[in-house]
Amino acid sequence: MLKDKIVAKIPGTRVVENGTIPTFAVAPGDYRALALFLRDDAEMLFDFMACMTGVDRGDALGVVLLLESTTLGHRAYVETMTTDRERPALPTVSDLWETANLNEREVYDYFGIRFSGHPDTRRLFLRNDWVGYPLRKDYNASEATNPARLESDESPDETVSYREDGEKETRSLFDDDEYVVNIGPQHPATHGVLRFRVALEGEIVKKVDVHCGYIHRGIEKMCESLSYQQMLPLADRLDYLAAHQHRHALCLCIEEALQLEVPERVKYIRTIMDELNRLSSHLLFWSTLCMDLGALTAFFYGFRDREKVLDIMEETTGGRLIQHYNVIGGVSADIHPNFTRRIKEFIKYLPPMLKEYDQVFTGNVIARQRMEGIGVLSREDAISFGVTGPSGRASGWACDVRKRRPYGVYDKVDFNEIVYTGGDSFHRYMVRVKEIAESLRILEQLVDNIPAGDFAVKTKPVIKLPEGRYFKSVEGSRGEFGVYIESRGEKTPYRLKFRSTSFPLVSVVPHLARGSKIADLIAIGGTLDYIVPDVDR
Amino acid sequence: MFDFSVITQWIDQLLRGALPDAAATVVECVLIGLALLLGYAVIALALIYVERKVCAWFQCRLGPNRVGPFGLLQSVADMIKMLIKEIIEIKHVDRFLFGLAPYIVIIASVAAFSCLPFAKGLQVLDFNVGIFFLIAVSSIGIVGILLAGWASNNKYSLIGAMRSGAQMISYELSIGLSILTMVVLSGTLQITELVEGQADGWFLFKGHVPALIAFVVYLVAGTAETNRGPFDLPEADSELTAGYHTEYSGMHFGFFYLAEYLNMFIVAGVAATLFLGGWMPLHVPGWESFNEVMDYIPSLFWFLGKVGAMIFVIMWFKWTFPRLRIDQLLRLEWKYLLPINLLNLLLMVIVVVYKLHF
Repeated sequence: MLKDKIVAKIPGTRVVENGTIPTFAVAPGDYRALALFLRDDAEMLFDFMACMTGVDRGDALGVVLLLESTTLGHRAYVETMTTDRERPALPTVSDLWETANLNEREVYDYFGIRFSGHPDTRRLFLRNDWVGYPLRKDYNASEATNPARLESDESPDETVSYREDGEKETRSLFDDDEYVVNIGPQHPATHGVLRFRVALEGEIVKKVDVHCGYIHRGIEKMCESLSYQQMLPLADRLDYLAAHQHRHALCLCIEEALQLEVPERVKYIRTIMDELNRLSSHLLFWSTLCMDLGALTAFFYGFRDREKVLDIMEETTGGRLIQHYNVIGGVSADIHPNFTRRIKEFIKYLPPMLKEYDQVFTGNVIARQRMEGIGVLSREDAISFGVTGPSGRASGWACDVRKRRPYGVYDKVDFNEIVYTGGDSFHRYMVRVKEIAESLRILEQLVDNIPAGDFAVKTKPVIKLPEGRYFKSVEGSRGEFGVYIESRGEKTPYRLKFRSTSFPLVSVVPHLARGSKIADLIAIGGTLDYIVPDVDR
Repeated sequence: MFDFSVITQWIDQLLRGALPDAAATVVECVLIGLALLLGYAVIALALIYVERKVCAWFQCRLGPNRVGPFGLLQSVADMIKMLIKEIIEIKHVDRFLFGLAPYIVIIASVAAFSCLPFAKGLQVLDFNVGIFFLIAVSSIGIVGILLAGWASNNKYSLIGAMRSGAQMISYELSIGLSILTMVVLSGTLQITELVEGQADGWFLFKGHVPALIAFVVYLVAGTAETNRGPFDLPEADSELTAGYHTEYSGMHFGFFYLAEYLNMFIVAGVAATLFLGGWMPLHVPGWESFNEVMDYIPSLFWFLGKVGAMIFVIMWFKWTFPRLRIDQLLRLEWKYLLPINLLNLLLMVIVVVYKLHF
């Protein structure tokens, strides 16, 4: 058994079994040894870090990792806590899983935990002059500690890292002779307020330094003081192109914790809505990528067709970009009488348009040259960086949550998981274009078979989740979107973490863009298709 | 066929009768200058309107349709807006060069514009190395763009200007060589003679294979020369925001904007002159009555019609293709267009020497 092996290897490990995923809690001293064992042992092979959550238990600060094996399929939480609240320090795992790099910076930003050995200990989302660590339970949120600052936040050219003995090492980010250009936060190709500091040599990108936080709203902190019904709209506002799917994940997580069974009709409606959302997102991806590469006409073709999807969703939900449709136990209203008819019309309408897309852009020799062989992401790197969704599947990693852990009615429909092995920009593009057709296939199978029944089950006005930890993920438009809830049986969550889909996509940009041209940086960013509010949360 | 030199000579005689010779020359220069600038501005406004309409049709949109009938006054309104906008002073720029750059661009473009043969007898500059002069003055524009990028004290502008310099200098080669190919066919550098030489058929038909190759190469290189899509790297909006003119505002920006459209007109005008007979009507040797009917269409319409067709093709390029990357752009020029051009020149020489042309 997994547990016995781990306990035999690291004797101090405390095993907690709560729900479906076991937890292994270790002291900070054993943390790295356990992490190494879990990643490398032939029977463990936890190569994918799905989620890293910082937590403040009052008396102790620490992190909870959710690890998953892409080959063996098992999952486990790893937890380590330190009681030192003054100078909390934990060993880093950023050299074991690349995705931990930015995640540990996030934990440092929120909880002030320093990861010794981490190469770059800087704040990630908040200003450098921010006082205190906001997600700590004893954080003073009064305006006196952090008044609204009117002066600009300078970006230091230096970063520090801490050795295991607590010694500080300073390192400069850029050499003196490097030509550093800001791309963003106001830049047409970053699709939102994301900022790259790019060191150039002529047209060639030497280094990319990612700056996040320009649209940071502290959603995870807000959720800690909101009831479960109140926090639902915040999930829509993470990735506005996958609003429905994100809210779906949050509802699923809460329903699982409550052991609430939703009617079959709800599952069908939710699945159809998820796919409509995916269609609108992928059509927007296609349009904006074409625009980034300079094909402006194609942009309008894509938007013309996306408009039709939005119209269908608007009729039922009232929302176009953000729908507010899922609620705990069902959906907020029954589908509109025109719903099925319009979807059927759309299923007939889109395939000829897809052919046109291929003629206008996919087959174009310039478009091919701009994308083929650009920003190649290997399968190992995709897993290590946690790049899920279409971008991960382009690298040959079959990571579709709809197949791996079906939810809704995905287990009842027949669809292909599009996997390419090239890992370059062109394959990331192709995965999405093909997924548009797959989404149509799913819709075709579902739209005539929506069973009769209620569109929601009654829930109590005050929802209290039983004590424990819950994780539920769905396949968002651009990857695995997960919700991690730690509950202490109250009507608000003790800690809530959203596993962002775009965060790993942004973290992989410096790796992919190194050595390519400025124009390739735009193509890489366009094909990764990140959404910045989802990064910043 | 109506000859516009009748009008110009009448004005000339009128002035010389009333004024001493030197004064008459000065007045004539002023009049020509005013006419040129007026024509320049009106054509630019018309082109901006056409571009917006054409682009709208390509993109399933309507385009400007609120100001005036069919939105015709939209670009006039835009011009007024541009004229009264503040010219923002940027800190830490080289103010002299920053202010000078747009004028260099616009002067180069006006000088090239003045070489075009608009109609029979309606041409400002016409001397024995006319087409050579046109290439020479149109190249001065690069200096303005490089200065704009350098003087702006902006990293995006500098990258844009460097790209632009590399691109325009490279593509000048192709333009020059394809023009040279046609000069070999016609045996003259003077623009009026070039046009007159096409009275018995346009060069595109007379020179057949090598002329066709030169035409295609000229169109590609000419589009690149005007910094328009798919070769709009100097101002690639998704990479460099606006490239070399990022920091310019008001009429300074307006000059770059006007020059871009007029350069498109000039490129199309040169293409029309060299390959499609300029203002010369379509003549087929032997079809006398057909030729006579064609002659009834005024020469100005012939010229503008041909230029309009070329401009439509250039716009079609822009609104269809994605943008190239800088290394792909230079590879296209140095590895494909230039060798093709050199071979084509040789082919044309062979064609002319052995009289294989029509």
